Amino acid sequence: MKKAIITVVGKDTVGIIAAICTYLSEEGINILDISQTIVDGWFNMMMVADVTGKDIAALSDALREVGEQKGVIVHCQSDEIFKQMHRI
Amino acid sequence: MIDHREVLETNDMILKENLDVRTITLGVSLLDCCDADLEKLNEKIYTKLTTVAGDLVRTGEEIEKLYGIPIVNKRISVTPIAMVGGCACKTPQDFVTIAKTLDRAAATLGVNFIGGYSAVISKGMTEADRNLMRSIPEALAVTERVCSSVNVGSTKTGIDMDGVRMMGEIIRETAARTADRDSLGCAKLVVLCNAPDDNPFMAGAFHGVSEGEAVVNVGVSGPGVVKTALEKVRGASFEILCETIKKTAFKVTRVGQLVAREAAKRLGVPFGIVDLSLAPTPAIGDSVAEILMEMGLESVGGPGTTAALAMLNDQVKKGGVMASSYVGGLSGAFIPVSEDQGMIDAVENGNLTIEKLEAMTCVCSVGLDMIAVPGDTAAETISGIIADEAAIGMVNAKTTAVRIIPVAGKDVGETVQFGGLLGYAPIMPVRSVSCADFIRRGGRIPAPIHSFKN
Repeated sequence: MKKAIITVVGKDTVGIIAAICTYLSEEGINILDISQTIVDGWFNMMMVADVTGKDIAALSDALREVGEQKGVIVHCQSDEIFKQMHRI
Repeated sequence: MIDHREVLETNDMILKENLDVRTITLGVSLLDCCDADLEKLNEKIYTKLTTVAGDLVRTGEEIEKLYGIPIVNKRISVTPIAMVGGCACKTPQDFVTIAKTLDRAAATLGVNFIGGYSAVISKGMTEADRNLMRSIPEALAVTERVCSSVNVGSTKTGIDMDGVRMMGEIIRETAARTADRDSLGCAKLVVLCNAPDDNPFMAGAFHGVSEGEAVVNVGVSGPGVVKTALEKVRGASFEILCETIKKTAFKVTRVGQLVAREAAKRLGVPFGIVDLSLAPTPAIGDSVAEILMEMGLESVGGPGTTAALAMLNDQVKKGGVMASSYVGGLSGAFIPVSEDQGMIDAVENGNLTIEKLEAMTCVCSVGLDMIAVPGDTAAETISGIIADEAAIGMVNAKTTAVRIIPVAGKDVGETVQFGGLLGYAPIMPVRSVSCADFIRRGGRIPAPIHSFKN
């Protein structure tokens, strides 16, 4: 399974999760895990998604645009960078 | 499973602490382009580069998006051109045509620098080496992206002092030929001792003869990441300081390793090495000098600087080698003056001199780097500075280099702007006592004895 980590940071507003999830659902991408916090009105979410067979670079561009419409910053990265950095 | 905290830490490094992959450098052998006909040689070089490296920039951009990490430069290094061009080039002007071809190929490919307009003259010079060296001032004046280097010595061969003498003159001439651009040509010219064959960093990168057909080498960076990590252990013992640097270097290097492997796979070219160097940029918070200050120095250049740098360099290596099986290139902390805000500040407040920088180069890579000196500095004096650095490299079996810019028409008290990653530099004073009689002797400094180490 190829996994991507999607992070969303920005000012909290209505429908951030809905927008991201709707897009992922339309693309047929399954969400494996979500964690989310709000500190002083700042929204901070991390998602793990199954992106087997998907192009992460293209997905990253598309999600950034979805985020921009909601005024939040969205990053979508291969989970390899985190595994390589934090695991021996 | 990766946790939220680890994801935040990585992304903070990238977004706030300037963590990036400084360069993916594709090394390409041009030995099979050799031809006695100059026109055909140039054509073969252009065709080979644009074929082998055709996908380099696009691949780099895709990998940036895949991992969400900036890859600042995509570059190419080639076989030292003195070797490639020898059979066709009978004059310095002939070599300049190759420089123009390299520049044209680099522009077509969209890479910002191409390295390897080089000669390796550790023990002596061939006629081709001499012609290439004589062509450097013109080549750097008429091209934009070509980087040049000359290796004048090694631990095994000693130092070619005839080459050192020539390089003093060539650096002066290069400064004069690019006087209208604050002698920018000299920022793309480096004189080395013990030059590695697999260095991905400019201006000293070339694809050495010990390398294969093509190879992907990656240079990581991350002075800002190390500094931020050290901010959290202020006042702690050296043991904790070392542990913190090692852990950080490990993480930074793993990113380089990941990117290098992916780039190699996508380009269909073998992975070569990861270069562990801490490479600063003029950006605020991306400074090696600031790491040393975070360790407890009031300014770089004062007592304690060499020890702090030695420790930093060693810990970066210790952390880095654990993260990658193939470490190479220069792998150490860079201390380029114009590219590091902390270094610039230390020169401006009078705490950092060329002599202290020379001491610092004994314990880190690479050498006297991006140092602006008065435009009227004598060629022999520049040769003397090169000889000093080469001697440090030769005796200590390490790479050393000199990238010095005698800025035409400028003197101490003035500054020079190179722009972009090359930054700006205050002109540093050079001791005016002459070494001309020493430099003019001619011949070689013999290789040092490898016993009785003191």
